Amino acid sequence: MLAETMGTTAVRAPSWKRLGSMREAGLVAIILALCIAMSFASPHFLTLGNFRAMLMSFSVEGIVVVGMTILLIVGGIDLAVGSVVCFAMVLSGSLFLAGLDPWSASLIGILASALIGAVMGFFVTVVGLNHFITSLAGMVIVRGLCLIITKGTPLSLFTLPPAFKAVGQGSFHGLPYVIIIFVAVVVLFDFLLRRATALRKVFYTGSNEKAALYSGIRTNYVKFWVTVLCSTLAGFAGVIYMSRFGAATPTFGVGMELNIIAAAVIGGASLNGGSGTILGAILGIALLSVVTSSLVLLNVSVYWQDMIKGCILLGAVSIDHFLHKRKAS
Amino acid sequence: MRNPVLNIRNVTKHFGAVKALTNVSFSLSRGEIHALCGENGAGKSTLMNIIAGVLQPDEGEIVLEGKTVKIGSPAAAQSLGLGLVHQEIALCPDASVAENIFMATTSRQRSLLMNYRKLEREAQDVMNRLAPIDVRRKVGDLPISSQQLVEIAKALTLDCRVLIFDEPTAALTEAETRILFEIIRGLKTNGISIIYISHRMAEIFDLCDRVTVLRDGHHVSTEPVADLKPDDVVRLMVGREITQLYPPKQPAGERSHEVVLSVRALGDDHRFDCVNIELMKGEILGIGGLIGSGRTEIAEGICGLRPITSGEILIHGEPQAIRNYADAVNAGLVYLSEDRKGSGVFLDLSIAQNISVLNLDALTGRLGLIDAGAEATLASDFARKLNIRMGSVDAPVSSLSGGNQQKVAIAKQLAVQPKVIVMDEPTRGIDVGAKSEIHTLLRELASSGIGIIVISSELPELLGLCDRVIVIREGTVAGELDAEAMSEEAVIRLASGVNAQNLQNRLASEDAA
Repeated sequence: MLAETMGTTAVRAPSWKRLGSMREAGLVAIILALCIAMSFASPHFLTLGNFRAMLMSFSVEGIVVVGMTILLIVGGIDLAVGSVVCFAMVLSGSLFLAGLDPWSASLIGILASALIGAVMGFFVTVVGLNHFITSLAGMVIVRGLCLIITKGTPLSLFTLPPAFKAVGQGSFHGLPYVIIIFVAVVVLFDFLLRRATALRKVFYTGSNEKAALYSGIRTNYVKFWVTVLCSTLAGFAGVIYMSRFGAATPTFGVGMELNIIAAAVIGGASLNGGSGTILGAILGIALLSVVTSSLVLLNVSVYWQDMIKGCILLGAVSIDHFLHKRKAS
Repeated sequence: MRNPVLNIRNVTKHFGAVKALTNVSFSLSRGEIHALCGENGAGKSTLMNIIAGVLQPDEGEIVLEGKTVKIGSPAAAQSLGLGLVHQEIALCPDASVAENIFMATTSRQRSLLMNYRKLEREAQDVMNRLAPIDVRRKVGDLPISSQQLVEIAKALTLDCRVLIFDEPTAALTEAETRILFEIIRGLKTNGISIIYISHRMAEIFDLCDRVTVLRDGHHVSTEPVADLKPDDVVRLMVGREITQLYPPKQPAGERSHEVVLSVRALGDDHRFDCVNIELMKGEILGIGGLIGSGRTEIAEGICGLRPITSGEILIHGEPQAIRNYADAVNAGLVYLSEDRKGSGVFLDLSIAQNISVLNLDALTGRLGLIDAGAEATLASDFARKLNIRMGSVDAPVSSLSGGNQQKVAIAKQLAVQPKVIVMDEPTRGIDVGAKSEIHTLLRELASSGIGIIVISSELPELLGLCDRVIVIREGTVAGELDAEAMSEEAVIRLASGVNAQNLQNRLASEDAA
């Protein structure tokens, strides 16, 4: 009788329950616990200035994380994002120095980044290489382009007009524009990923490409555009960095891709595709940022920081793997 | 009786709750070619895998030349002189033919370096006995039939006392089959014992000395081939009571003559040719045939999942241009894959997201957003209709049992209100209770006017469920069986070509006369 009732009443779980079962709740708890512990350990931690600095430090990277998460969900990966961030920065910067207005220069920088994504997407979908190898080559090639454009020397952009610099440096009633842009991007893509038909196809393709194909989804088309999206968001981030630093260095963003992939994976994105959320990935990068900030405040040597972050990644993924295995059995 | 080389005594093997073999005994004489027959699932492969050391029996013993042996691994089987030619090709595609042929012997060799020239020479000698294939070529570059010959050559180098061939001719041409038979007869005169598994009666009666029939994991009989006719073997293979209950079929008087789907002279220049199928309104049409006969490929061809080169497809008399699966869905034609986990459902996505996948456009409102409420309602409706037992529509499909996963896959198809559903093995790997629920569901769908095609390897299912059965052999329709003509024997005859063999015999005797 009970089984009968359960079988026939097919309802959605209450929303609080869905929230509770999310991985995001766990990350929030860890971050909060860390913050509370740190507020005892260091008087400088629980200050508005420190929080603003932490938020600023991961806001721009957070935009790249959004693109990477969507790409991971489709079953891809992009090792070239660090190079592309730098590429958009130095291309826009040198166009500005050549006399173009900074807004047009930035637009060209973003479009050129999208084009890089399109080329990688071409190699993945038409030629049939995998994302890892394609983007590994992309990472090296695009870094090379950065060095060619700048002839290896940093570009000094202190002549950028104040209106453009304001994007990266200014604030609205004390709230930096960078953070506003970051939150807008996150909210927009989190919503779209949950609700937009086009992005739902990303989940289908990443979860089971053959089944998606058998459901009439053009999986190559989906993979191509997600690759383009990831590079475009990286280019967008690069332009914001340019505005924020008033400079463009050809070695900027080396190793950034690893931090970004780590954040997405800590946030629940699977390297096998099919799962991941924007919110989780942002919490992942927030966690890494809180850890970095804590280590600095605790005067831990900078040499130790990478190692500790690596251990956190390994721990988070192991716990996830263990929980999944138990659920499966 | 000559002294047996190999004696299997009272072997029993369970897989979880399923008994794959029950108290099976089997003996193989020296220099004998012994056929092993049975339907899919009769236990042939389990028995052979036990002999080849892949599986361990739960009970019973294996006696090799008078000594009880324990065969713990394939390597142990090989060192005892027991070789198996796999039905599925188990070769390394990136290695050369020579390296593949000597894979087993090189792994046993103790020297550090490989003598490639010697290896190639010896491999070529063995290969030449079968076919002139250059042993330096990569296995992956060879056609399937040549790969099968490499697999056989590999077994010939093992210096075996007992060789098992598991449907070796499935991928071979007639000429290659003849060469293989000569080699097998040669092995026999050298005192090697052969176990020969095949569905093809003609081969068994041409080649073998004795035949053992298994059915549902039990030994049915072992007889000299000379004492039997192909029909007898078929009867022994089937001879089972149909215990499962199926929903009632369409009453003969109420059958509609309205054609829903019509497939005319469909071909793909490769796996099937000149296939004609007509599906009537309200009927369940079964498609039978051996694995590899082209059943699945034909279904994929009809549904736009495989390019076709000839023929046409009509739905309600209207010709349809189906170039891909999206076209098929638009035309009202949906396909449910035999490989549920591989290509049927999205395991880590929710039930609601699975059910809506084909129907996203209808659930998409302005701005390209999915109406989440409508999606959940759609899923809940189908869950109720199909009695899917679950927690909530947000639960991942991986949390459901096999039968309920299959219902989700069916719901997914129903969500687009199809005119025709093609189902490949709709109840594979599903327990009996869920199976009969799905059968009832299919009958209800058919009565509501949806045309249903069911492909199945399980004869009882094919006969119990379907109103009419078409049997496929070698990529074309071998015959059609209507209500009264439908029997397991008739299907097996058509599928294995026993009738054609009889015809050939008759023609041969007429020629002689």
